[in-house]
Amino acid sequence: MQFEEIKNIISDKIGSSAIIKEDAAQLQPQLTVDQKFLLSICRELHVNPSLYFDYLSCITGIDNGPEKGTMEVIYHLYSIPFNHHFILKVELQRTIDALPSAPSVTSIWKTADWHEREVYDMFGIKFEGHPDLRRILLPADWEGYPLRKDYKQQEYYHGIKVEY
Amino acid sequence: MMNDESKLSSHSLLVIRNSTLEMSLLDTKFGQGGIIITGVDEVINWARLSSLWPMGFGIACCAIEMMSTYTSGYDLDRFGIFPRPSPRQSDVMIVAGTVTFKMADRIKRLYEQMAEPRYVVSMGSCSNCGGPYWQHGYHVVKGVDRIIPVDVYVPGCPPRPETLIGGFLKLQEKIRKESLVEPKAIEKLMQKKTEV
Ligand code: SF4
Repeated sequence: MQFEEIKNIISDKIGSSAIIKEDAAQLQPQLTVDQKFLLSICRELHVNPSLYFDYLSCITGIDNGPEKGTMEVIYHLYSIPFNHHFILKVELQRTIDALPSAPSVTSIWKTADWHEREVYDMFGIKFEGHPDLRRILLPADWEGYPLRKDYKQQEYYHGIKVEY
Repeated sequence: MMNDESKLSSHSLLVIRNSTLEMSLLDTKFGQGGIIITGVDEVINWARLSSLWPMGFGIACCAIEMMSTYTSGYDLDRFGIFPRPSPRQSDVMIVAGTVTFKMADRIKRLYEQMAEPRYVVSMGSCSNCGGPYWQHGYHVVKGVDRIIPVDVYVPGCPPRPETLIGGFLKLQEKIRKESLVEPKAIEKLMQKKTEV
């Protein structure tokens, strides 16, 4: 199934207001949606018998930097029986005092559990409704989120100098 | 050298001076119940350097090369080197790979659990100095010598098995020069200095 058709199903079932932007010209077309509707869109993509996106290939985080003030979370979906792909994107405000947050999709795809933990670990994006949101790669007492554009590594970790 | 001395085999006393014991000693018969006289240092050092048991663990790609060094092709066994599953039974720790900060605490703990005398071989650029992660690797300890003392550094990314064997030969050299004898000369010198 093509990008257009999947997009039309989403706007039929969820409403066209859920779609913020589409980027169909790219090699991998992607749909930016309102994060308020993310969970219901994902559920629809998962259960709709003509779509049946049963596999969440990857979740990616992006930091657009403090100037732009936004962060993104990208979901790569795949349907094993139909062999079609789809890319969903949500844009978050890069808040300073609190961590930006997106809804967790762990209730739909179990595999999202570790993917979301990785995005949390590297970008400091919270996932509301995640069952166990801890750092996955770095130690629990690490300071900061390394893949953020304005990341400064700490000087010492447990008394060991971090700088070369 | 040993050949000359084994001519003494008819005597019950075999004197080995200024030398390390060699395995050929066991190939030749020398009478009944011989006695060997040698230095304490020499015999202890010989025992230590001939059975270096490394702790069996690896932390990154270098460990692959370490494992192939253990295989029959390179045969570390011939030096008396074979891995042990516990720090309590190990004499030497091969730090084979990237030491992350998360791993650093564990490595330090394992090192402390080893009985003395204990030695550390740092294998590969990563554990020598941070390797390819020296600049942007926020998560990598820039050299395992920031957490534990290192005896031998083996260069390479990764070092070939021959290089690791070379590292062990260097370590053996180092152990061969160790001494349990109290350094009296230095103490005397220090005393003189304080007297002045
Ligand atoms: S030194 Fe090279 S081969 Fe060894 S652990 Fe580091 S990156 Fe891997």
